[in-house]
Amino acid sequence: MFGKLSLEAIPYHEPILVAVGIAVIIGGLALFGALTYFRKWNWLWSEWFTSVDHKKLGIMYFIVALVMLLRGFADAIMMRTQLAMASAGSAGYLPPEHYDQIFTAHGVIMIFFVAMPMVIGLMNLVVPLQIGARDVAFPFLNNLSFWLFAAGAILVNISLFVGEFAKTGWLAYAPLSGIEYSPGVGVDYWIWALQISGIGTTLTGINFFVTILKMRTKGMTLFRMPIFTWTSLCANVLIIASFPILTATIALLTLDRYLGMHFFTNDFGGNVMMYVNLIWAWGHPEVYILILPAFGVFSEVIATFARKRLFGYNTMVWATVCITLLSFIVWLHHFFTMGAGANVNAFFGIMTMIIAIPTGVKVFNWLFTMYRGSLEFSSPVLWTLGFIITFTLGGMTGVMLAVPAANFVLHNSLFVIAHFHNVIIGGVLFGMMAGLTYWFPKAFGFKLDEKWGKRSFWCWLVGFYVAFMPLYVLSFFGAVRRMQSYDNPEWQPWMLLAWVGAVIIMLGIICTVIQFWVSIRDRRKYADVTGDPWDGRTLEWATSSPAPFYNFAHLPQVDSVDCFWAQKQQGIQAVSKGPYQDIHMPKNTAAGPIISLFALILGFALIWHIWWLAIVGAAGTFVSFLARIFNDDVDYYVSAAEVERIEREHQQRLKLREQQPEDESVPNTRFGMQV
Amino acid sequence: MRRNSCLRVLGILLWLSLPLLLGGCSSALLDPKGEIGVEQRTLILTAFGLMQIVVIPVIVMTLLFAWRYRRGNKEAAYHPEWAHSNRIEAVVWLIPCVIIAFLAALTWYTSHSLDPHKPLADEEGEALEIQAVSLDWKWLFIYPEQGIATVNELAFPVDVPVHFRVSSGSVMNAFFIPDLGSQIYAMAGMDNDVHLIANEEGTYPGRSTNYSGAGFSGMTFEAHATSQQEFDAWVEQVRQAPETLTFPEEYDALAQPSEDHPVEYFSQVSPGLYESIIKSFHTGSGHDDMHGGHGEMLMSAEAAE
Amino acid sequence: MTTETLSHHDAHDHHDAGGIKVFGFWVYLMSDLVIFGSLFATYAVLMKGTAGGPTGADIFELPFILVETFLLLFSSFTYGMAVLAMNAGRIGQIKAWLGITFLLGAAFVGMEIYEFQHLIHEGFGPDRSAFLSAFFTLVGTHGLHVTFGLIWILVMLVQLHTKGLNDVTRPRILCLSLFWHFLDIVWICVFSFVYLMGVL
Repeated sequence: MFGKLSLEAIPYHEPILVAVGIAVIIGGLALFGALTYFRKWNWLWSEWFTSVDHKKLGIMYFIVALVMLLRGFADAIMMRTQLAMASAGSAGYLPPEHYDQIFTAHGVIMIFFVAMPMVIGLMNLVVPLQIGARDVAFPFLNNLSFWLFAAGAILVNISLFVGEFAKTGWLAYAPLSGIEYSPGVGVDYWIWALQISGIGTTLTGINFFVTILKMRTKGMTLFRMPIFTWTSLCANVLIIASFPILTATIALLTLDRYLGMHFFTNDFGGNVMMYVNLIWAWGHPEVYILILPAFGVFSEVIATFARKRLFGYNTMVWATVCITLLSFIVWLHHFFTMGAGANVNAFFGIMTMIIAIPTGVKVFNWLFTMYRGSLEFSSPVLWTLGFIITFTLGGMTGVMLAVPAANFVLHNSLFVIAHFHNVIIGGVLFGMMAGLTYWFPKAFGFKLDEKWGKRSFWCWLVGFYVAFMPLYVLSFFGAVRRMQSYDNPEWQPWMLLAWVGAVIIMLGIICTVIQFWVSIRDRRKYADVTGDPWDGRTLEWATSSPAPFYNFAHLPQVDSVDCFWAQKQQGIQAVSKGPYQDIHMPKNTAAGPIISLFALILGFALIWHIWWLAIVGAAGTFVSFLARIFNDDVDYYVSAAEVERIEREHQQRLKLREQQPEDESVPNTRFGMQV
Repeated sequence: MRRNSCLRVLGILLWLSLPLLLGGCSSALLDPKGEIGVEQRTLILTAFGLMQIVVIPVIVMTLLFAWRYRRGNKEAAYHPEWAHSNRIEAVVWLIPCVIIAFLAALTWYTSHSLDPHKPLADEEGEALEIQAVSLDWKWLFIYPEQGIATVNELAFPVDVPVHFRVSSGSVMNAFFIPDLGSQIYAMAGMDNDVHLIANEEGTYPGRSTNYSGAGFSGMTFEAHATSQQEFDAWVEQVRQAPETLTFPEEYDALAQPSEDHPVEYFSQVSPGLYESIIKSFHTGSGHDDMHGGHGEMLMSAEAAE
Repeated sequence: MTTETLSHHDAHDHHDAGGIKVFGFWVYLMSDLVIFGSLFATYAVLMKGTAGGPTGADIFELPFILVETFLLLFSSFTYGMAVLAMNAGRIGQIKAWLGITFLLGAAFVGMEIYEFQHLIHEGFGPDRSAFLSAFFTLVGTHGLHVTFGLIWILVMLVQLHTKGLNDVTRPRILCLSLFWHFLDIVWICVFSFVYLMGVL
């Protein structure tokens, strides 16, 4: 009846998990109660869950990402604590059974459920606005993508309380992830969480690729697109070309595990090296999917706050395109030590280093954007400066790893851990924090508190160096990744130092939480009435904050890069004037959440071999999709009068602000929503 | 406040470079005990040094430009439309290109000179062959010429090239003795190899570096690089051990998962034990050409892409 | 940037919605192609991993596969006729051609199921060797796509009946046409790469 699922699967004998479980239940009940008490369920469902508005989807991606960041970070600090303790014969407090799940979950969560949704969330929020579009090409698919992603995230979290997660490392190398060596449900959770959310990501890739190519406003040629849109375009090309490889690879592993096939088994002609090749053929482009949009954020931030055109726009574009192409021919550098021939290793090593050239050029272009600029040290700029320095160091260690003969002693050591945290924290995370602060007013209509933002930055920066520099050092002493304990007592001081670093990073996260609290509390004080709080350069600042659901009353026309900035220099106001027209918009739909709910049920049933439930899930997914296809009532027209009313309201507020610039009682739209 | 921030960044950087410099004294990678490791240290330091040509200017320029062109500085020039300079573009492309060209040449050369498959001995037979098999979760070392085997302990004479043939009886692992140099993956059904040498006597920790499951942390061993006499004595000592290792019965018993396995000696092993272990993953396949041919097998996986 | 105030009744119109859908579907097909590419690569790597079991030459019956191939090729032709009928606006003809395409596709899937069932019955199932795993998966993935195509044809037949030809159904028929021809091309690759090369 319940397949492999029994009460034994609930880890009620694990005090840590029970405590976490109780906390989650209490928190969940509190949230549920609050939503019920304030009668917000209907609002949540009709305004958010079923929304096809790219801005709201972007916000929801970010909320999930921040929640998952807390989970991923809890894993991180548990690992650091374990390693600070488990020296010279001490077993620490986490047995391998747990420790191995934690480092696997940490990697999976941070990459798939924190970094990816942050990047995709920013794309959602910003790209349609930057290209002057009303929405993405396929608004329903956009909603479906989000919910498929959310279903994957939910599966990962269910694994915490029902059964176990994979104990294989985040990429689940075969044959360890095969049924013979991992008979539990952990790998199955990994499989279905990634498969379901991965399909969502592929759909996002297609959606944004088409959006950017087909939905640009008049005059927005490719070489007038903002850099963030360019980097998003390239990231989406990478998604379209690489995520199917992940889908296929995971499907093959699934067939091995569920139907006894022999793709990646030791025996019967299987080939484990093929798994490693396939997973990295996706995995390497994946890291560029994360970092390219972050590069885009820094480009926007540095130009805006230096009040100066981005240095070498064309170079930036071509460098991005180069990186995109090169990212597909470097995957073997993740396993030089597999024993391929010298020619093969040298080829992939050199290809990897070549990526450093366009990346280096980008760094110089950011530097020369500051040069002769007028740089304001706002918190997005601090994140950017921190990024340039940190990422440069990370890039350097990356090139060291790319030399095969050096890699033979650095591979699998803590050097690798330090390196990729160096580029992912220093690059992706700093970029997302900068982007979050930079575009927050566009999403919500008020700015984030700068003081706490800067505190968060300093904690992250200092914490990062204190946590990861010791790992570089330890790698030179032969410390490797994924060890649950170690014999050498000389390593312990370094491990303790790394732990201190993790605590400092935790302070950074707390600062961010306080930043949100303070900013929401003082949202009137921080209100962005003009829609252009930073004296911006690109189209998203030409509409009000938060942007109306139709983005632009009239689609803007563009005749150069940074057109909005140029118009402001000429004293042309971006205030929209009548007459207004009816606007064609997509309707909200429940199809996305419902299809994903069935997909979630399907995934859960397959993990636990509950076949009848799997049939229910599959049939439900299919039928709800069919229902969507047969539904013709998917769009509507916003009347010109309604558009005029909304635009007038915005102009009214602008006028009020002009008359009484210091008055804080300016009416503001409700937090994050347009009524 | 702002000035303070910049100083803090500088301070952190200085503080960071310190341990790297100090750590060099006793670390396995920066004070290696064998020829391969020494060359790899030189390579790492060369690559590191070369990249400072870009890294240091970038860090300095970041701090300098950010400070110089801060909003409040009335002395600095402000040219909001200045966004292109052929000269600067040429330089920022050229410098990384030159450095990478240099590194690429170095990479090509060292990938061949430090190829783990490249024998260190001039003639076949001068090297000592040791066959390493990773099991759950311990290392089996077979000495085919001596007809002995050990678990989690290695010994070999100094200044004698050692040819490690590396395979797995279970999942993927990697064989690594940091003090001596290169690691290599151990994979079931495949015959991988790495050539190493110790030039100083001593006991060096070795381990699996590729995560392989619950007992991974305990998959460590000691490698004793000794004089020829001491090595001979060690072999003799192993030969006195009561246990033997026959294939498949006693091997299968040993291959059962165990954690933190103690050192074991086997005075006798089945002939061709290593080959038998590899072949055991080709049951019924009749693919004898697979073993001994790591090159082709690996290439086939690559060709697939 | 000037805000545009021309008499532009429907701002959404300047993005041709149907065209965007077909383009988007085309991009999806490219990502699907990557999946097939991965499976072909996997097959190439594992082709020799027969583990003592049968090789391609032992199990492939070329005449049988040739019939399958012609069924699918012919169905591509009949689908083409359906699109021509759509351009002429003749709903009855579209339905007829779609129906024929469906029958041909169903016959193809039926023959494939028979082939698989036959192999499994002889003990040459996908769990016998890596080669067979790769073979079943590659060919089966294609078959699964064809099956989805068949369901889609049914959906279109129903929608043509209830909705007729309009801005919703037209792009869908065009997308399905792309899908169907795409599967044809993939099958030609499967036929040459798996069956022909396996037998030769």
